[in-house]
Amino acid sequence: MELLSLSNAPLLFIAAMMIKILVVFGVTMGIVAYATWVERKVIGHMQTRLGPTLTGPMGLLQPIADGIKLFFKEDIIPTEASKIPFVLAPMMILIPSLITMAVIPFGSDMQFTAGGKTYIIPLQITDLNIGILYILAMSGLGVYGITLAGWSSNSKYSLIGGIRASAQMISYELAAGLSIIAVFMLSETLSMREIVAQQSGSIFDWYVWKQPLAFLLFMITGTAEINRTPFDMPEAESELVSGFCTEYSSMKYALFFMAEYANMVVIAGIIATLFLGGWSGPTPWGPVNLLGKIFGFMFFLMWIRATFPRVRYDQLMKLGWKVLLPLALANIVVTGLVVVLAQ
Amino acid sequence: MIKELIQGLSITFKHLLPGHSTTVQYPKVKLQPSDRFRGLHRLVPSHDRAKCVACYLCPTVCPAKCITVESAENEKGEKYPRVYQIDLLRCIFCGYCVEACPVEAIEMTGNYELANYHRDDFVFDKQRLLNTK
Repeated sequence: MELLSLSNAPLLFIAAMMIKILVVFGVTMGIVAYATWVERKVIGHMQTRLGPTLTGPMGLLQPIADGIKLFFKEDIIPTEASKIPFVLAPMMILIPSLITMAVIPFGSDMQFTAGGKTYIIPLQITDLNIGILYILAMSGLGVYGITLAGWSSNSKYSLIGGIRASAQMISYELAAGLSIIAVFMLSETLSMREIVAQQSGSIFDWYVWKQPLAFLLFMITGTAEINRTPFDMPEAESELVSGFCTEYSSMKYALFFMAEYANMVVIAGIIATLFLGGWSGPTPWGPVNLLGKIFGFMFFLMWIRATFPRVRYDQLMKLGWKVLLPLALANIVVTGLVVVLAQ
Repeated sequence: MIKELIQGLSITFKHLLPGHSTTVQYPKVKLQPSDRFRGLHRLVPSHDRAKCVACYLCPTVCPAKCITVESAENEKGEKYPRVYQIDLLRCIFCGYCVEACPVEAIEMTGNYELANYHRDDFVFDKQRLLNTK
């Protein structure tokens, strides 16, 4: 048995890779489409309404109807906008969140026999040995899209939304990064696959029990990083008239919302992988476990959105710099001490 | 602070459970407005014609200036509105016309389905107002 790679079976490797990419991309986009329906239903019921009911049974065809509508809407580009960045910005937000999914393992190794040889196919698009750093780098890229959208729209609302996004990113990226550091101080690896392997014993091997503070910090900073309520300052539709996406319409506008939901999937996937054992446990089916954890965290994000009002901008800065960052640093010091003493 | 956060989350979660929705499924189920609701106007008929005596009080008090009345005299020498028109696009449904009418010839109904496709369709003439139920 050997690990399938480009050198030992090139055609098989490329075919397996294509299938994995299609599955991950397809499942992510499927979740993205139906997350919009789930969110409207969940928030509807939480606000004692029903949410979509008319398009298809229980409103299930609503995402398809929305998609068709958005495709046929007039696509407006403001006359004074910088056209190239204006068109590129929505893509720059969506693409980083989709490619982050490449390093999230979604199941245990699969065995495959071809030409008398047995190969191991890892259920992960690629296992980078710097997985976490890749995730941090990619998740930081999305903000370029938001800032660019805000700047290129040639609108004050959009510009303020874009600037808010970058200021918020700086405040939260540090605490997010530091809370993850505590995880790889314990696991002593940056590979997502290895991190899941180390949590694969029982439910009590999950890092959420060993690093509860880091889990909590990453949950808050993750929510802030994907600009979800109560940290949706860049969009802030009530005080900023939709912020960075004020001037967008049609499919470009839809791309922003696809990115928002794709980001939810990604952050849920990262949290599941780093703190909740990834694909391992509690059931024997790896992808089902991961999807269950992703859905669970996405539901939690929707629940929060239905419950809490948006924070004020100064509160957000204060929370980021004065509470989360010191807590993350303290967590690293304590984890370091425990790791050293345990040796 | 943590206690309040959890309290908030529990309230919204309770609403998620079935049976808490208070939405009215509007086109299928219609709301019965209260008696005081000010919907579409109606001219009250009396012996097959409008009760209105064309005294011009309603267009005078109307703050939106949406009522047009033109009076005429019938064969018995009584005044009646030859033209009675309400432009619903201007009307603010304040009910002052009903208050001002000395003979209770105009009243407001519970009819709230007033959407139309053309501007002309919002101009209610005497016959339409008399036919309103």
